[in-house]
Amino acid sequence: MSAIRVVYLGRLADVAGRAESELVLPSGETGWAVLVAALESQVNADIAQASRDAKVKIAINGTVHTDRDGLQIKPGDEVALLPPVSGG
Amino acid sequence: MACDVRLLDHMFIPGTLIGPFTQAHPGLGGVCTFVGEVRGEQGGVEALELMHYELLTLPGMIELAETACARFDLMGMLMVHRVGMLRVGEPIVCVSAAARHRRGAIDAVDYAMDHLKSAAWFWKREKRADGWHWIEPRAEDRSDLARWQ
Repeated sequence: MSAIRVVYLGRLADVAGRAESELVLPSGETGWAVLVAALESQVNADIAQASRDAKVKIAINGTVHTDRDGLQIKPGDEVALLPPVSGG
Repeated sequence: MACDVRLLDHMFIPGTLIGPFTQAHPGLGGVCTFVGEVRGEQGGVEALELMHYELLTLPGMIELAETACARFDLMGMLMVHRVGMLRVGEPIVCVSAAARHRRGAIDAVDYAMDHLKSAAWFWKREKRADGWHWIEPRAEDRSDLARWQ
């Protein structure tokens, strides 16, 4: 078992019910499907569903990744779920 | 090429920044400045909150300022953006560009503002009488970015 931190930005914080959480994942590198499953079982179904939206971007340790299939998440990583932005 | 990029969690007064910025670039031909403020909508916006992400927001702004400086051949750029809670009338963002020629300065500010609104790591929500509402991007945001391709 290993832990990662997930940070929920913008409206996703409301969906998750918190600004961030620690998730426990199976040992070793894990990818997108495992992350979504962990969100569903350890946070709630709504955030798992919302994270599947193609408009939500994913960052690992401050690097944005556009390819969900190739995602590699290691123990201790910080994953950020980034919905469409609104600044200025 | 000098970029002064800041994220501020408290109110700032844009006028106090422009003088020093101008003075830092002797020999400039022109300075162009844009200030965006919290608008009080007819729907009754009471407050605005700007959320950011530590690992991405400021680095992204620095990259944006440096790109603008290079693309528009600037002598310098000032880019200041608020985070946290703001009230109606408070400044949210100030972008200023110093260049030898006016076209570069004006276009750089326009470019920077389009990107700060649509491609920078901020998330805004408004407080109205019926509670908080997250702001979603609009179609204009995409076309605003596309014109710089």
